[in-house]
Amino acid sequence: MSVSRLPIVPAFTLLSLALVASVLLSLASGATGFGIHPGGVDNPAVSRLIVLGIRLPRIVLAVLVGAGLGAAGAVMQGLFRNPLADPGLIGVSSGAALGATVMIVEGVIWFGPGVMARWGIPAGGMLGACVMTGILQRFSTRQGRVSTSRLVLAGVALGALASAATGILLYRANDAALRDLTFWTMGSLAGVRWQEIEILAPFTLSSLVLLMALARPLNLLLLGEENAALMGCRVGRVKFLCLVAVTLSVGPAVAFSGVIGFVGVIVPHLVRLASGPDHRFLIPGSALLGALLLVLSDTLARLIAIPSDVPVGIITAGLGAPIFIWLLMRRGDQDIPA
Amino acid sequence: MTLMLRDITVRRQGRALLDQVAMTVAPGEFVAVIGPNGAGKSTLMRVAAGLLAPCEGYVEIDGRGIGTCSPRELAAQRAMLTQDQSLEARFSVGELARFGVAERHGAGARERLNLLVDQTLGEVGLASFAERDVTTLSGGERQRAHLARVLVQLRWRSEKGYLLLDEPVSAQDIARQRLILSLARAHSGKGGACLAILHDLNWAAAFADRIVVLDQGRVYASGPADRVITSRMLSDVFGLSDTVLGHHGETGRPFLLPHDLILPGSS
Repeated sequence: MSVSRLPIVPAFTLLSLALVASVLLSLASGATGFGIHPGGVDNPAVSRLIVLGIRLPRIVLAVLVGAGLGAAGAVMQGLFRNPLADPGLIGVSSGAALGATVMIVEGVIWFGPGVMARWGIPAGGMLGACVMTGILQRFSTRQGRVSTSRLVLAGVALGALASAATGILLYRANDAALRDLTFWTMGSLAGVRWQEIEILAPFTLSSLVLLMALARPLNLLLLGEENAALMGCRVGRVKFLCLVAVTLSVGPAVAFSGVIGFVGVIVPHLVRLASGPDHRFLIPGSALLGALLLVLSDTLARLIAIPSDVPVGIITAGLGAPIFIWLLMRRGDQDIPA
Repeated sequence: MTLMLRDITVRRQGRALLDQVAMTVAPGEFVAVIGPNGAGKSTLMRVAAGLLAPCEGYVEIDGRGIGTCSPRELAAQRAMLTQDQSLEARFSVGELARFGVAERHGAGARERLNLLVDQTLGEVGLASFAERDVTTLSGGERQRAHLARVLVQLRWRSEKGYLLLDEPVSAQDIARQRLILSLARAHSGKGGACLAILHDLNWAAAFADRIVVLDQGRVYASGPADRVITSRMLSDVFGLSDTVLGHHGETGRPFLLPHDLILPGSS
């Protein structure tokens, strides 16, 4: 069987245009009405506030988080050589959520309110994601080979443990800054302000740059750690940098949007189907498609039950799980490649 | 200009996998490593490739300690076909072979790389396979696709270099076994060097300049085929006490016939 690939340049152009279109669509839709004057034509100040102060930061958050989760998922699947390696599925996001909640509950005591608001919460998220990824890497790699069962079982168990710890913190603390359990387990992009975007954007963007720089070595790692080393790859350094990049991308994203599942697992698989497993295309493609998917999902989350705001994780799971099942059935008895 | 292993000892959990092993591979040479399962052949190969640092002893490649070479420098000097050919990503055979050249290369070099890949795929008998999905290949085809990748890695810099092969014909039919060993032989003939783990003693005897017999982590014997493949060695190392060895009329190289092993009374 020959490999079939979409031509890269037209596919990426189309994907970028679709992202722009989805952003415009999302900007024009919401609970207060459709169009560019949602506050009413006679009240431009309110319309302006709704579009630029409420909808736009939320869309930018969706783009950043979606791109970060998509690219991080692609890289983790390559790193672990495992199609299930998604920050949400194997507990990395739960670790980040725990780190962020710990910082919200305890951080003010440790560092004072000023520092906390700006850096404490994303730092907590990063620490949680980093510790979880590090433990999983240690636990699942035996002599350069990743054990799928160990990775998934350990990831699910540790993720459940982290979620339980988060739950205990939430029930014990009565902190207004601490959102509810639904936010941390299902994710939400609601209520985001520009100042949070300012904090998140540098993390996500630097993570994407780093991930792109790791594309070639990640291709070699698909052949196994020994083969990669024989071809000149500094395996230890590449794995460490992947850990850093995933941490940079997932930790702050979870701190500001909770645990949004399925983006990191569905998106890279769809990109792989279209343009193949080469990370030089897989990583930017997953970032673009992840952003597109999350912008559309969040638009749906805002509109589906007006006036309430559905957690976006419900939408991504609702869209993602059927696609995942379809991918499984489509491949028949073959394994799904990383 | 040699690959030199000096008094290599590797211990794991108190057990010596390799015990004071010394050997050299010089340009122009084809050296075969034979020995029973668990003798330490693959460990020896990984030490020779610089993948595994020995507990004692050292490895020199062209006069430099292998530990002082960067992974990229080593990748230009030696390439190794491992037994790990599990690649689940759906790359094409051509893409897999191109991975042999890991570093970035300009547009001018791309043409040269394409030629090299095409030529090498042809040599391993995969000329029409460039677009094929690696995950749909048979075991033997996949092994040859990886061999093409390894050869591309070595040839990109020069025709020379050390070609390390860990059971390169384990998945091949008899014609492809000869094809691959001839390729390795030709690599040595052009000034490169080859170190190969082989299980078929007849192939080892027919192709190798020198044979190293490894047994329980030690070098049992080392030398040309007719001095190494003897009834005594077969008995001591493999526990085959009743084999009959023949010698080729022209080359004088030894061979053994499998049915000698089942004939009663022959010794």
